Amino acid sequence: MVDTALIDWSRAQFALTAGYHWIFVPLTLGLAVIMAVMETIYVVKGDDFWKSTAKFWMKLFAINFAVGIATGIILEFQFGTNWSNYSWFVGDIFGAPLAIEGILAFFMEATFFAVMFFGWDKFSKRVHLLATWMTGIGASISAIWILIANGWMQHPVAMEFNPDTVRHEMVDFWALVTNPVAISKFFHSVFSGWMTGAIFVIGISAWYLLKGREKRFALASIKVAAIVGIVGTMSVMLSGDSHGIHAAKYQPMKLAAAEGLENGGTRAPFSIVPGVEVPGVLSILATHDIDGYVPGINNILDGYTTPDGQTYLSAQEKIERGRAALEAFKGYRETMKTDPQAAAEYRKVLDANVEYFGYGYIESPEELVPPVWLVYWAFRVMVGLGGFLLLLMLVVLWAEWKERLVNMRWLLWVALFSIPLVYLAGQAGWIVAEVGRQPWAIQNLLPVKAALSSVNVGAVQTTFFLFVAVFTLFLVIELRILFKAIKQGPGIEK
Amino acid sequence: MGIVKTIKSIWCFYRDGFKNMTWGRPLWGLIILKLVILFLVLRALFFKPVLSGMDEEQRSEYVGSQLSDFQINNNNN
Repeated sequence: MVDTALIDWSRAQFALTAGYHWIFVPLTLGLAVIMAVMETIYVVKGDDFWKSTAKFWMKLFAINFAVGIATGIILEFQFGTNWSNYSWFVGDIFGAPLAIEGILAFFMEATFFAVMFFGWDKFSKRVHLLATWMTGIGASISAIWILIANGWMQHPVAMEFNPDTVRHEMVDFWALVTNPVAISKFFHSVFSGWMTGAIFVIGISAWYLLKGREKRFALASIKVAAIVGIVGTMSVMLSGDSHGIHAAKYQPMKLAAAEGLENGGTRAPFSIVPGVEVPGVLSILATHDIDGYVPGINNILDGYTTPDGQTYLSAQEKIERGRAALEAFKGYRETMKTDPQAAAEYRKVLDANVEYFGYGYIESPEELVPPVWLVYWAFRVMVGLGGFLLLLMLVVLWAEWKERLVNMRWLLWVALFSIPLVYLAGQAGWIVAEVGRQPWAIQNLLPVKAALSSVNVGAVQTTFFLFVAVFTLFLVIELRILFKAIKQGPGIEK
Repeated sequence: MGIVKTIKSIWCFYRDGFKNMTWGRPLWGLIILKLVILFLVLRALFFKPVLSGMDEEQRSEYVGSQLSDFQINNNNN
């Protein structure tokens, strides 16, 4: 019998590491674009001011990169130790994208990163600019592979389960990389990085203005960052829209939990906060049709039929089919070497029910409901802060354009204190994505509790606290180096 | 000869880059410290892959029985 403490600690350790990793990634993605735009202006205009401006943000980029480097590798340690059933079960579906990601990230970053930092006086302006853009593009390309793997966990496609090897085998690489969930997840994550980079640059530039330092540098940085951030936020909204459509289609429970929607229907309302709803808006977001049907938590558990006549199984029916798949899997494993005829019969049953394989581990339908309050509020934090930050960037850009920004000290303070908010929005987004799909490690195929290794819970607890200590230490070191560099400033005014 | 020259100039590029680093030096120290903690401490002492030392067939057998036994325990519950 699986130990529930082991599930909780393994889950907590993974969430801690993934959350820590996501502190560094979005700033890398966003700052890379901002400094590349600044360097482009330098190359086009030939004004050394833009070179100094780009170089300062590159320095902060490097500090963030140095502290963030290899934090993702810890997740891979955990896959092998805490999640060995999962790691084996996903087979080459997960291995291929991660291997490509590792190789590409290493070679692109090692090459272009070096040219960007060491090559100012050794390469032509254009070659250096190319290296700067490629550093940013390389970081995004790295992200696409890990997000393809994550997208597959949310919506498994392009594979077949092989009961002989107990692995999923990829049958269509193109279908894997064009998984619609992975595509929208990629754009949503990368553009949220643009937002993070923009708010970071605006906030720090606002600090310089509050201190009466580096005025030209700060205003120029704000202008570039706000434009990048507004483009990024619009793109986050667009990709978020396709996220909604995909959730409705492939993960309706996640959508229902994010909305706290117990009983769905057509013209489903969007909940702003508990008790305040806008009729029909959820149907529009989930189906692009005000009359679209959106199932609620109870509908999904009880089974439902949409107005166009499509019927969806109840949770209990899925559990029964999952149990049939698991029994057939077990029978197949027992007979595959001794009784090929019996094995063939088991295989037929397994193949007929394999899409519900993971439901065989589910004890009761209620287990299929994620923690609604957490997903509901995380969604509101993400969307609410996203809206606020967009407004902030628009107002800041307007004030800069009207040459009023320097005197609007309250706005500069708001911009400065918005830096932690953009991180909060990003973390909340991942809570919606990952807590919202519980209890699944792989949607419908493997619940978290069956994905675990049989390891000692004490070992997981120990490493959890070790990570807390190490992560805190590195974060403190990063902030100290970062604050020192910011305090020092770009030194352009000297 | 051309290849040797190219390799040499790449080597010189990286060597000079590292040699002339100013604020980047402590960052490299930090990266090395971090990699030591990750690989020589955490990985070596705490994160031994459960399936290491098994061949492909043994791994399939192990995970297959983990997934099947889980169900049996589950049913007995």
